[in-house]
Amino acid sequence: MGKTLAEKIWDEHVVRSAEGEPDLLYIDLHLIHEVTSPQAFDGLRLTNRRVRRPDLTLATEDHNVPTLDWDLPIADPVSRTQVETLRKNAAEFGVRLHPLGDIEQGIVHVVGPQLGLTQPGMTIVCGDSHTSTHGAFGALAFGIGTSEVEHVLATQTLPQARPKTMAVTVNGTLPDGVTAKDLVLTLITNTGTGGGQGYVVEYRGEAIEALSMEARMTVCNMSIEWGAKAGLIAPDQTTFDYIEGRPEAPSGADWEAAVAHWKGLVTDADAEFDAEIVLDASTMTPFVTWGTNPGQGAPLAATVPAPADFDSPTEALACEKALDYMGLTAGTPLRDIKVDTVFVGSCTNGRIEDLRLAASILQGRSVAADTRLLVVPGSVRVRMQAEAEGLHEIFTAAGAEWRGAGCSMCLGMNPDQLAPGERSASTSNRNFEGRQGKGGRTHLVSVPVAAATAVRGTLSSPADLDPVAG
Amino acid sequence: MEQFHTHTGLAVPLKRSNVDTDQIIPAVYLKRVTRSGFEDGLFAAWRNDPEFVLNQERFSGGSVLVAGPDFGTGSSREHAVWALQNYGFKVVISSRFADIFRGNSGKAGLVAAQVDEKVVSRLWDYIDTTPGAEITVDLVSRTITAGDGPDQIHDSFDIDDYTRWRLLEGLDDIGITLGHEAEIASFEAGRPSWKPVTLPG
Repeated sequence: MGKTLAEKIWDEHVVRSAEGEPDLLYIDLHLIHEVTSPQAFDGLRLTNRRVRRPDLTLATEDHNVPTLDWDLPIADPVSRTQVETLRKNAAEFGVRLHPLGDIEQGIVHVVGPQLGLTQPGMTIVCGDSHTSTHGAFGALAFGIGTSEVEHVLATQTLPQARPKTMAVTVNGTLPDGVTAKDLVLTLITNTGTGGGQGYVVEYRGEAIEALSMEARMTVCNMSIEWGAKAGLIAPDQTTFDYIEGRPEAPSGADWEAAVAHWKGLVTDADAEFDAEIVLDASTMTPFVTWGTNPGQGAPLAATVPAPADFDSPTEALACEKALDYMGLTAGTPLRDIKVDTVFVGSCTNGRIEDLRLAASILQGRSVAADTRLLVVPGSVRVRMQAEAEGLHEIFTAAGAEWRGAGCSMCLGMNPDQLAPGERSASTSNRNFEGRQGKGGRTHLVSVPVAAATAVRGTLSSPADLDPVAG
Repeated sequence: MEQFHTHTGLAVPLKRSNVDTDQIIPAVYLKRVTRSGFEDGLFAAWRNDPEFVLNQERFSGGSVLVAGPDFGTGSSREHAVWALQNYGFKVVISSRFADIFRGNSGKAGLVAAQVDEKVVSRLWDYIDTTPGAEITVDLVSRTITAGDGPDQIHDSFDIDDYTRWRLLEGLDDIGITLGHEAEIASFEAGRPSWKPVTLPG
């Protein structure tokens, strides 16, 4: 029997396999940021251990960094200490760091791909659950905790139980205006937050193959939101074209050797998955969340559900609690929900294509009077590219705030937070209670829905907008 | 890591599903650079509610948390495990744990005991009707026990063999792996030269 893509990558990285033990997997790339690494470096110091492969390790600052006044010392002393701790640790252990102010700084999952470090067939880990983003390149990439960060620093390996495999096959073509974000939000509402638990998922089918690399990253990024261990997509010409010529991509004969290997990284025709989900992209529409986990979503055209709409008592109770927290009444059309803040950014939707898409909708339009729009590029490079294309002028002309690079309001570790009771439409990945600020209420949306919502002030899609005059 | 064999402690019911790690500890509490002191952030938003279980005197000193399904979803923050431990919890019982949370628990020495959803309901009922209700979690026999007599709740729980062994022995994972140094070095020698590096060679 043949192997799935995930099994091929797994088997290429097994250092040691023994009965009754998890496999010991080699890690090709370890990405690090300031929040989940300080205790790991402390652990190394306490045990007199070194970083085994600093040359397979890369650090950047993203979670805490301000997106305003980022050329000044970080105002919050606790955030500053955490960032300075990373700088001290990187220097002490010889790890390459792209700090705030560096041209390569940004969200760790934006930085890896844009440098060309993220490549097919690799194992990639980071102390961050959205490491699944890198799966878009046909890499096996997953988030880990701080104890595991220490383990990888010390050994460049991780003991891991072999996961089950699942195929998510998306047939058909996404309608105009429906994005990869709508696709993955639809999937998560179908499966629930635990539906992928224990699986490495391969996204495949016509609709997935048609996606750009950046859109594929959006899909893989949210694998963790339905509980999957990792999500990946087989590399193809789209993948190779994206990587070729990037600073850390192989070149010359190495490029030829790498591509030859990468072309074999596909699921064999006779391979079997442990589970399969089939979706039809052609029936998908703009999709948003109404609740407090990413599986509580509905088409934008729908109304807020009622607890009685759910068969399972657990889900009915979860709906009741979510409506209470979100300040919503069952039966309200989602399009009537008034939004205070719109956030465009994050490792889900903070790349250049996302900013181009937002700008194309905002061009010649204005952000609604009572609404605030934050546009936060995923990296300094994304910011520079956007400025080179004049996108920042479209944003500021529309009344948006054009910010520096970082995780920002996705999780509100820096000053970019919702006030209690404030409601957002956010292109990020989590609508958990308080995620974007204590008492904040989050609706997860695609980039076009975010931009249109900023203009109308209520949850909207571009189809709801008046044509631009002239 | 400390060994874990069996623990009997006051049970605390958390009657919610999808308790994500942002609820266990919000991001603003993650800025410490130590492994201790995270108890203040544990369920921080909910602790503003005087009715929240951790604010009820009868659950003061609780060490066994009994939670709804899909516990620990979302962010990979191990701080969620540390916050529970710093507060005094030794065990979390749920019908389903998110993968990363379960992994982090095993590494940090918190027992994540997975049971059938019906067992969680029975435990909640038992706690509701029994002041000072305690649960015994026996990692050796992989069982949980609550109450006595004909209504006693006694059932097995799931935890993977390797994690169970490490917890029983109190083993340092990194130490075990470093014991395989020769195999790691041998693997490294065979890696293709075109694989990327972050530093000049």
